[in-house]
Amino acid sequence: MSLYATQKLLYHLNRDPAVQQRYREDLPALLEGYELDAEEREAVLAGDVGKLYVLGVNGQLLMHFAALVGMPWADYIEAMREGVRRHGPVRAGVYAMTTSTDEKVAGV
Amino acid sequence: MSLVFAAICSHAPGITGRAHLADPAKKDALHAELYRLGESLREARPDALVVVAAEHFANFFMDNMPAYAMGMADHYEGPIEDPAWLGIARTRIPGNAALSRRLIGEVMQEVDVAFAEEWRFDHGIMVPLHFLTPRFDVAVVPVNINCQGPPLTPLPRAWAFGEALRRAADAVPERIALVGTGGISHWPATPDSGKVNEAWDREFLDRWTRNDRAALLDYSDAQTYRDAGQGGFEIRTLITVAAAARGRGELRHYAPIPIFSVGCTVATMSIQ
Repeated sequence: MSLYATQKLLYHLNRDPAVQQRYREDLPALLEGYELDAEEREAVLAGDVGKLYVLGVNGQLLMHFAALVGMPWADYIEAMREGVRRHGPVRAGVYAMTTSTDEKVAGV
Repeated sequence: MSLVFAAICSHAPGITGRAHLADPAKKDALHAELYRLGESLREARPDALVVVAAEHFANFFMDNMPAYAMGMADHYEGPIEDPAWLGIARTRIPGNAALSRRLIGEVMQEVDVAFAEEWRFDHGIMVPLHFLTPRFDVAVVPVNINCQGPPLTPLPRAWAFGEALRRAADAVPERIALVGTGGISHWPATPDSGKVNEAWDREFLDRWTRNDRAALLDYSDAQTYRDAGQGGFEIRTLITVAAAARGRGELRHYAPIPIFSVGCTVATMSIQ
């Protein structure tokens, strides 16, 4: 489990245009700078917001990552629910889901 | 001079970024109260606005996380987020490095605050400024309390930090305004987003408006996480303002707006 490294990658990505460019042009090379395990690496390569949520990525980092890749708000919320449906409850951190996967709290 | 204005308000990114998805009447009422807070701020004729915020990994990360940090630059930039997503254009915000340095020096008499000569504002500061100083023409001193990456500073320390900010404001010749921004109960950036514990919020705001120190500090993080979500950790910013202002609060607006993910709040506090 290297959640810290996954979050650090997203922190750099969210704030640094140069890292954003590397993300778009050669993501595997970018990931060489971060000690991710296989599951985390796969989730980042796939842009799998739901899986990253379940792995415990802080919601603020994840929300801005979703915005960065152009994901509309409703799709972002649904991607996290789908992540929990497929992979089970959030495994770490303080952004656990307390509502059910079929509940649309804010109508989205 | 001294502290001349104190207030708190919400900073949720949805307030600007998802405004079009909200009930128009509720959105308009909130925006009007935020603009009115800006009018009150200007009536106090501040030389600088100290914004006590709880940022979301724009500048500070768990590789070197300060419990408290203050900006010390002549200008800042924001938002760090995609401007289209936040609904606020990227701009330069004036600062005052010399004033920051004097304020930080005084705060350091009591609290070991970190300082930062560069700082990019995220929604935690940009959303309040969008309404309070829409022309970005007031020098800002950004302040951060870590409310994101545990372990978090204990609430009595947030109170002590507020006392130190007051001491600092009173020690400089400039007129200082203070605004704290944070959510009360909320579960932002999760599928729970939109959930609000209104009873908990109203109880907290009652304690805040009475400026009841003992009651404000009587929350454990475990209780807050259970009843008010991880977003509730941001009560630190509001507690800091109460400690600095020392007066009584006036709640101008409170209304949960689910698509904004928070009980939207605007309140002022008298200076004593």
